[in-house]
Amino acid sequence: MGIDLQPLWLTFKLAFITTLCLLVLGIPVAALLAKSKSRLKPFAEALIGLPLVLPPSVLGFYLLLILSPTGWLGSFLQQYFNLRLVFTFPGLVVGSVIYSLPFMIHPIQGGLQNLPKSLKEASWTMGHSKLVTFFKVQLPNIQSALLTGIVLTFAHTLGEFGLVLMIGGSIPKVTKVASIAIYNETEALNFSAAHTYSGILLVISFTILLLVYLMNRRVGRGRLAI
Amino acid sequence: MIGIRIQKKLQLADQATELQVDINLPKGKITALSGKSGAGKTSLLKMIAGLMKPDEGLITSGDETWLDTSAGIDMPPQKRKLAFVFQDYALFPNMTVEGNLRYAAGKSVDEKLIRHLLEITQLSGFKKVKPLQLSGGQQQRLALARALAQQPDLLLMDEPLSALDLEARQQLQQELLLLHREFKFTAILVSHDISEISILASKVIQLANGRVAAFGTIEELFGSPDRNTLKLTGRVIGVEEQWLIVLVNQQVVRLKKQNQNYQLGESISVQINPDLLQY
Repeated sequence: MGIDLQPLWLTFKLAFITTLCLLVLGIPVAALLAKSKSRLKPFAEALIGLPLVLPPSVLGFYLLLILSPTGWLGSFLQQYFNLRLVFTFPGLVVGSVIYSLPFMIHPIQGGLQNLPKSLKEASWTMGHSKLVTFFKVQLPNIQSALLTGIVLTFAHTLGEFGLVLMIGGSIPKVTKVASIAIYNETEALNFSAAHTYSGILLVISFTILLLVYLMNRRVGRGRLAI
Repeated sequence: MIGIRIQKKLQLADQATELQVDINLPKGKITALSGKSGAGKTSLLKMIAGLMKPDEGLITSGDETWLDTSAGIDMPPQKRKLAFVFQDYALFPNMTVEGNLRYAAGKSVDEKLIRHLLEITQLSGFKKVKPLQLSGGQQQRLALARALAQQPDLLLMDEPLSALDLEARQQLQQELLLLHREFKFTAILVSHDISEISILASKVIQLANGRVAAFGTIEELFGSPDRNTLKLTGRVIGVEEQWLIVLVNQQVVRLKKQNQNYQLGESISVQINPDLLQY
């Protein structure tokens, strides 16, 4: 009997889409936080950092309540957009984005804050707008922070379990990712399949992290800023 | 001419000070800005550049008004035609030497000027190199060249040579002087080094506790009242029974004690009789 590779494929698809979404969402949020002096900033930071300490099942529980067809957001989405987020793949993406938020935002925010202020100020006095300065001076000089954010988000999403189980369940080809398949196969005492999934995840996760550390060493001043 | 009148409450060196400055900079000259750390030098430069907001002020450059708080005018740094040479140079690590110059020059890149600046700063051979691979002196030259590529009406230099060793510093002072002869830029140079100031600047602003303590020519501020004596300041680095070991101008000399009350580290004034001066 061949082993069903669908869960692995689904895992990587989820990790890839989540990383992409978080990159687009994380850069502006990190930029805002990096320059903000608002009194509300600690609240925003604490909120974004929550997934670091909260059990994923807690996050999953609340998301399930909010997003289910009887929840306020779920019923709204269902009624006006005909969109259902619980037990669907898009729902997994939404959950993963929230779950990995700090892993993308923290490194980028740290990278931006560590850049000498004089770099952006020099660019401004040269007549370049804040936006041009951000994309031509600030972002290109935090490459290692960006890389760290991308890889950590990707790797963190690969390892997701509790949240996926809560809002995705274990629907084959839709929400049954590798971590859940491992759990199911182990429970069914099907160790060879569990071995295959686990081994592949282990090797790939290790390889990704190794590549990042090697690249950061080459860049020289890079270190993983979590 | 550039007129600067600025007022701002600041927290300088752990105490609240009011920075109050009213000066006119001579066009085409370098004006030195000196004063102890915490006197408000960098804050003043930042307010001129529009990187910090003064409480009240009026800054004019020729016919342009950069700042007039009474009329609600506050040009952003992007619109003020000035260049800022930062203490840490603020070179863009992601761009090459040439890339730094082009980015500074903006849309209207003057190819001839870029080539010329690379040549006189001896960076032509390093065009494609990233700034972090350059030596300290080369980075400093690039920072200057980049500022001049902007063709600014006013050049602000915040202790641009302070990170260099003495030799590189003296060489850069000469080069800066040559650049100034050629480009005749109006500039403010923050410096503590009297020799540097006298080589480069035509006027000096001395800032103390946020106020202009003195504004005048080098001779007016640093010249000795009696033009025929040479006064040097030295630091006592050793005390022996009959002698004092004093560091004067990077040289160690032994001077006969005049009384017994000398302390290590104390500053003393050394006078040289003009009849004994040899050169």
